Amino acid sequence: MRAWVPPILRAVLLAVLIAFLVSPGWFSPLLKPLVQDNAPAIYNQGSLLTLTLLHLRIVAIATAGAIVVAVTLAILVTRPFGAEFLPLSRSLVNVGQTFPPVAVLALAVPALGFGEKPTLVALFLYGLLPIFENTLTGLTTLPVSVMEAARGSGMTERQRLFKVELPLAMPVILAGIRLSVVISLATATIGSTVAAKTLGEVIIAGLQSNNIAFVLQGGLIVGALAVLIYDGLSAIERVLARRAGLFS
Amino acid sequence: MSIRFDKLGVVIALLVAYGALAAPFATFRANRIVPGDAKTILEALPAGAGAALLGVMVAATVVILLKTPTFLRLAAAAASLVAIALFIGMAATHLAPPENAYARVSPASGFWILLFAFALLAADSITRLKPRPVVRVLLLLVTLGGAAVILMSGLWDGLSILKEYAGRADVFWLEAGRHVTLALGSLAASVIVGLPLGILCHRVEPLRDGVLNTLNLIQTIPSIALFGILIAPLGWIAVNVPGAAAIGIRGIGAAPAFVALFLYSLLPVVANTVVGLAGVPREANEAARGIGMTDRQRLFGIELPLAMPVILTGIRIVLVQNIGLATIAALIGGGGFGVFVFQGIGQTAMDLVLLGAVPTVVLAFAAAIVLDSLIEMNVPRRERGRTA
Repeated sequence: MRAWVPPILRAVLLAVLIAFLVSPGWFSPLLKPLVQDNAPAIYNQGSLLTLTLLHLRIVAIATAGAIVVAVTLAILVTRPFGAEFLPLSRSLVNVGQTFPPVAVLALAVPALGFGEKPTLVALFLYGLLPIFENTLTGLTTLPVSVMEAARGSGMTERQRLFKVELPLAMPVILAGIRLSVVISLATATIGSTVAAKTLGEVIIAGLQSNNIAFVLQGGLIVGALAVLIYDGLSAIERVLARRAGLFS
Repeated sequence: MSIRFDKLGVVIALLVAYGALAAPFATFRANRIVPGDAKTILEALPAGAGAALLGVMVAATVVILLKTPTFLRLAAAAASLVAIALFIGMAATHLAPPENAYARVSPASGFWILLFAFALLAADSITRLKPRPVVRVLLLLVTLGGAAVILMSGLWDGLSILKEYAGRADVFWLEAGRHVTLALGSLAASVIVGLPLGILCHRVEPLRDGVLNTLNLIQTIPSIALFGILIAPLGWIAVNVPGAAAIGIRGIGAAPAFVALFLYSLLPVVANTVVGLAGVPREANEAARGIGMTDRQRLFGIELPLAMPVILTGIRIVLVQNIGLATIAALIGGGGFGVFVFQGIGQTAMDLVLLGAVPTVVLAFAAAIVLDSLIEMNVPRRERGRTA
């Protein structure tokens, strides 16, 4: 009973989300009670679907960049060559997390101007930390016996990295990516304060015209996206963890 | 004897060389919003001073490049940071005479690169020295104290960020007070509610999944939306519940911001309480039961003290996160440093953005150091080094 309820709920959530994005008009009666004086109940200054896709695109680009850079850096500092950087990179991760996203975003504006660029940079920088931290944890907490077996069987350093270390660390790395994506999905809305085209536009339009329906639909779309993507990535992680468990 | 280079030193030295020689040190603008003129160190400072600053940079670079003792490296980093802090103030008075009220001098990319490079070096040296928690807090206090002394001395008064401050000093402290009240108040509320809730979830297993899943869902709602959504119910309460408006509950302003921060804070507090209590060794609990401790004694005497480092980690996450998120409160009229950030974005006045962003970052950074030290002091001696 309990096992199949969550997947059904998720499928329903996905169906409602798609229906809302494709044909928001159907939901107008639901949101109507929230607005006053005949204000529009559904965002009318652009297509919700387009904004959602732009939102996802900005998050995807920033996360892809963050994955490449964070994983590369984590691999470098865990090699003997880069060991001197390990303690510093740990404290940098700690310090970096204290930078509020709004501050990062606002400080990127003078260098890059308004629009998508500062948002991309802020999301990229903010997304680096969880991925880097988890990759470090994954690569530095591998079972000693496995590493010795790999060395003993005459694998080169490169083979060890790609055939043993990374696959074993993959579940932890993916957990970092998942965290990073969820943070980025929410943070991207703040990008609209510097004129990036994301779902934040809907929320801010609602705040400015005192239209709760706008705020609610913008927030709920982002929330639904985050829940669905989080679940999807968790499912991939479970598959990979099972596979990693097979040969460790 | 061959000279051995320090790898990190090479990276930092490259940054310093770029920041000091290639990038502009300060930007001069005829007024607040026109594009500026970039000035290098030698252009931005009086002849002798520019050479002196470059001399300090060269000396520091030598120390950084070679494999020198960690203490010496920390000293070089500290000296260089003090030097660039002093000289940027001098650049302001040199480039714009005090009687010119419209001209603005702000730190340019070279200044920020140098600051970053030496802060990196200081962070690395401090990490290597592994200071005790008390020493770390002392270092923080010395740094903040140093910045305060320079601020009081008026040396930085010529800088654009302080010119923005001078025009709105009263508002600044008002918003600072609001920011801290919002961040700390919602933290206190979330601890008061979250700690008992976490204990309850630990004891009553059927509750656990439901509570944690609900709190997880709240986290997925973006902050600006949650702030906005709360306007409606709080507005309704203000109108329909007698006395609510009198204690400051309103649809817009600080009330929805406070509730939103409180809701975001609950998850880390509750989740870490549950994890911390679950991590209490079974033997400790059984020994406590064996010597006849009551449930209540066990909770306060054994379980909570042992779970404290994990619970404190949750509180650290909440505090740092709240200090950052409180900036968003400005969007719904809740005040805080965000007021300056969003006003600055609106007027494309980046100095004003800095006036809001810099204190927020400093506050979050200081909170993180203090709580990290507190956490380390609470970890039982035997286990030190294991919790990261």
